[in-house]
Amino acid sequence: MSNTQQLEDLTTQVRRDILRMVHKVNSGHPGGSLGCAEFMVVLYNEIMDRKDTFDMDGIGEDLFFLSNGHISPVFYSVLARAGYFPIEELSTFRLINSRLQGHPTTHEGLPGIRVASGSLGQGMSVAIGAAQAKKLNNDAHIIYSLHGDGELQEGQNWEAIMYAAGNNVDNLISTIDLNGQQIDGPTDVVLPMGNIKEKFEAFGWTVVEINQGNNIEEILKGMAVAKSKSGKGKPVCVLLKTMMGNGVDFMMHTHAWHGKAPNDDQLAIGLEQNPETLGDY
Amino acid sequence: MKTYTNTGNKDTRSGFGAGLTELGQTNDKVVALCADLIGSLKMDDFKKNHPERFFQVGIAEANMIGMAAGLTIGGKIPFTGTFANFSTGRVYDQIRQSVAYSDKNVKICASHAGLTLGEDGATHQILEDIGLMKMLPGMTVINTCDYNQTKAATIAIAEHKGPVYLRFGRPSVPNFTPEDQKFEIGKALQLTEGTDVTIMATGHLVWEALEAAKALLEKGISAEVIDIHTIKPLDDDAILKSVKKTGCVVTAEEHNYLGGLGESVARVLSLNHPAPQEFVATKDTFGESGTPAQLMDKYGLNSASIIEAAQKVIERKK
Repeated sequence: MSNTQQLEDLTTQVRRDILRMVHKVNSGHPGGSLGCAEFMVVLYNEIMDRKDTFDMDGIGEDLFFLSNGHISPVFYSVLARAGYFPIEELSTFRLINSRLQGHPTTHEGLPGIRVASGSLGQGMSVAIGAAQAKKLNNDAHIIYSLHGDGELQEGQNWEAIMYAAGNNVDNLISTIDLNGQQIDGPTDVVLPMGNIKEKFEAFGWTVVEINQGNNIEEILKGMAVAKSKSGKGKPVCVLLKTMMGNGVDFMMHTHAWHGKAPNDDQLAIGLEQNPETLGDY
Repeated sequence: MKTYTNTGNKDTRSGFGAGLTELGQTNDKVVALCADLIGSLKMDDFKKNHPERFFQVGIAEANMIGMAAGLTIGGKIPFTGTFANFSTGRVYDQIRQSVAYSDKNVKICASHAGLTLGEDGATHQILEDIGLMKMLPGMTVINTCDYNQTKAATIAIAEHKGPVYLRFGRPSVPNFTPEDQKFEIGKALQLTEGTDVTIMATGHLVWEALEAAKALLEKGISAEVIDIHTIKPLDDDAILKSVKKTGCVVTAEEHNYLGGLGESVARVLSLNHPAPQEFVATKDTFGESGTPAQLMDKYGLNSASIIEAAQKVIERKK
């Protein structure tokens, strides 16, 4: 267990990793990555019951699936700093011959990744399958997944949402990153999705809201509640309200940094706002 | 010439069902998923015998493919079942990303492939699925010819590590391969020996090729019939060995000639041993409603078309 300051420090370092990774290759998705930094740090370091070593089947531990694969920078940073692969490898992000592809994949054998994602809307189905495998294996661990809010526009999600509730997949905790932004603008403008909470509830899910999704204490509390609601016959949805670009002031309150890398000056500002804590890769 | 006896018409999908039933008893890692077509896919027995290992997903094929990918994480061997159209075209990106690119051990089992689905018409008669699936890196593509072979293939693919597309059909067709056969993925079966022309067929066209070979023999033409049940990986050696002897080839399949078995054979030949080739296949067209026999006749997927193509390709050798 870490204290809040340790988690804050790790989050700050993860933010630095994200900025430096996307800056180096002048591509990638910093906005959503920064928005989910606190959540990913808390999930991997405080919430999940996981093993230090990686094996694909993951029997006897909690598993996580990232459905919105474009936030790979935060995923890679958190995985590396959790010990799945050397942090130096973060410097190969998006480079030729790297295991750190633009979007996460199992194809290059990067430890910590269990399925490719990037083409949106597929992760919840995979998570449900993994959850059913856990039940067949009498493995009482939980499957976690993360999805973008814009991603809910993909129809496959609603097939999965319907299935999970209809079949009592209650060892599944799916988190929706409610940042209200997508590439072309606010989700309410691009394709209004109405009341997402009511939609999940109408489909038969238990919904837990974390209204301050960039606050470590709030995430800890909310995820504890989510965990306590699992195993009760219903899948659990966590609505995590986040700020895209959180922690870098000029990247916040806009969708502009969804898929754009900072230039040299912008990187310097971003790093200045997030001083080195655990050591850069 | 070796001859084959039809031990009684049977549908290949029932061969799949029988294979799955056997796997249910012999391999507890095998799980099955179906998108509201249990009866059509003959998955009833598996469902009845192993309800805990059977997943009815409803009319939601994309979710089914994703779930199958997820079930492999934890060591399961998922078999998905629906019509060929909904097994491939409808869920291509799900198969591409969650199964093939992720190297998941999923067996995509597809019935009602091709024109022989019959009266339902072109919306359901996919003639592009072999092409779609063979283009995916790492995907094994199998198209079986009769009940016995489909049963054997179903059992065999459970032992193969990696994604597989297994294609079979709806109608009752001659059952002529051995009941106790061991199915070897990627190993073409030479059914008859011949010297004038090679006929390489897959799926329902294999029996038609045998019928054609008999008729050709009466015309003094010696045809070597090869059953290419595995379109990927293709048995290059068997293809080259035969064509080096006969000097020409007819490929026969219930599929579009773009993207099918014929193009795969043409690639092997053009790289190694160029030879005249004729294609018995649909010619870049959709199907339509009709009985299976009417459709196979109208679109030239029968022994008569193979005979004609054989005579034509032999002429081209000169």
